[in-house]
Amino acid sequence: MSEEISIQVNGRAIMVPAGATVAVAVTMAGDVCRTSVSGEARGVLCGMGICFECRVMINGHTHCRSCQILCAPGMEVVTGKSGAP
Amino acid sequence: MKRSFDVLVIGAGPAGIAAALRAAECQRSVGLVDDNPSPGGQIWRGGVAHPNGGAPWLELLSRSSVTPLYGTRVLDQPAPGLLLAEAGETLVELRYQKLVLATGAREMFLPFPGWTLPNVMGAGGLQALVKSGLPIAGKRVVVAGSGPLLLAVAATLRGYGAEIVGVCEQASWRNLATFATRLGWRKLGQAVRLKRELVGVPFYTDCWPLSAAGHGKVERVLVSHRGSPREWACDYLACGFHLVPNTELAALLGCQLENGFVKTDRCQQTSVADVFCAGEPTGIGGVELALLQGQIAGLCAGGDQSGVVELVAQQRAMRPFAARLAKAFALRPELTALATPETLVCRCEDVTLARLRECNSWREGKLYTRCGMGPCQGRVCGPATQFILGWQPESVRPPVFPARVESLLAAASNAEVNTEPNAAMNAATNPYKNPGERS
Ligand SMILES: Cc1cc2nc3c(=O)[nH]c(=O)nc-3n(C[C@H](O)[C@H](O)[C@H](O)COP(=O)(O)OP(=O)(O)OC[C@H]3O[C@@H](n4cnc5c(N)ncnc54)[C@H](O)[C@@H]3O)c2cc1C
Ligand code: FES
Repeated sequence: MSEEISIQVNGRAIMVPAGATVAVAVTMAGDVCRTSVSGEARGVLCGMGICFECRVMINGHTHCRSCQILCAPGMEVVTGKSGAP
Repeated sequence: MKRSFDVLVIGAGPAGIAAALRAAECQRSVGLVDDNPSPGGQIWRGGVAHPNGGAPWLELLSRSSVTPLYGTRVLDQPAPGLLLAEAGETLVELRYQKLVLATGAREMFLPFPGWTLPNVMGAGGLQALVKSGLPIAGKRVVVAGSGPLLLAVAATLRGYGAEIVGVCEQASWRNLATFATRLGWRKLGQAVRLKRELVGVPFYTDCWPLSAAGHGKVERVLVSHRGSPREWACDYLACGFHLVPNTELAALLGCQLENGFVKTDRCQQTSVADVFCAGEPTGIGGVELALLQGQIAGLCAGGDQSGVVELVAQQRAMRPFAARLAKAFALRPELTALATPETLVCRCEDVTLARLRECNSWREGKLYTRCGMGPCQGRVCGPATQFILGWQPESVRPPVFPARVESLLAAASNAEVNTEPNAAMNAATNPYKNPGERS
């Protein structure tokens, strides 16, 4: 797990260990994954593909469950809303 | 993409891996499907060291003839012997002679004020993130809820350098002591390791979260410990209330359930011909039981029953353990009052408890509030409303996970025989396409 790769999260480069899921990169970036229907910021809940709270846009594809997708070099991730105020 | 196998196994956790290997030993062609990018299930996936004997199984798997189909999620059975799955954007048709369902379990979540804040996660949820590379060294983590998983998670996180503020178990000391003296923990294969790894970590029984608070993410947790409130500062709250079985696919195939679990005979055969089930969907019993059941299912599906008798005897001997586990960690009634009227119960559609209280059943809740109509399809709010409001779940309808429209249309065109006309309708009301929803 020593190897690191770089991906873009909301336009910022984030270094993650190889084998990390996109959810890890988003959490490391300090960003949240999505905004709920009533406007709440949401991040990972189950980490196993069940709850759909970790949905983000990956390389232009919307609604990707970031907890089940591995980071790949150069990936571009856009989340619902960035970080804590 | 079309694939065809003698034996198809859904779920690459301990049960599914054991089933696939045993079926392959019977000279069958075997496919092993999991929606995650790698095998191992909730316990063995990711991380360097695999606790509880995962390494040899994963090693055997990598050297076997089993065809791995990871990153693939099964959605529907449009016709007998044919499953429809999605691998990313690709539609996969999987044909089988025998099917083994080893779909495992998920965490049970209970709503309380603040549970939707970022960094309030499932206990297994945070564990999965950390095993997959999230740096946790020096972070303060409160682990709360119920079940043996809490201690396993605390040990994992601590191993990665987290500061465990406390482990809060809702069960009573008395229940846990009974469980421990009856070798409950040893059966889980963890007692010695946990004892070593959790030295000095505060462990509270009769203790549960009352609320979480913070700006933008969790910063503080208020818990009740033996009736008195305590507040802790933290970076993460890892909270889950034991496990619920993933029975949706089994139910969709028509397998009979009993007390919420898939009913099987001694060969792990379900009530549906050629469909077997192993591991947590048949009862929450830990990794040892999952491995035994998986092997039995694999041998029976593979058609070589010579070694089964011995395994069945071992499996039988473990049955009282599963019952003890359920009893020790039964959820206390006080937890039904954690959510306040304003607390969101359905996180997909943001439905408060107050709105649900105006309804009388799961069906009414769905109809009037859209609770359970979001993409999780009730996997999170269903068990919660069952516990808090006593609502009974409805029968499962395809697809068992939200699918892309293309997959649903393909499913509809494949199923001339037992067409379910609503499949195409569901595509139109695909929860993915909620107006007002931003990704
Ligand atoms: C979140 C979590 C964390 C856990 N952590 C630990 C731990 O640290 N230590 C411990 O001793 N026990 C742990 N357990 C308990 C452990 O998982 C069980 O004791 C046992 O190992 C279960 O094995 P299994 O093969 O039945 O299921 P699982 O290991 O859950 O495997 C089932 C697999 O099936 C997949 N699946 C389900 N539905 C579909 C579908 N439709 N299409 C494709 N794939 C599907 C799932 O994604 C999963 O990978 C954990 C359980 C959970 C839920
Ligand atoms: S965190 Fe639940 S689906 Fe990804």
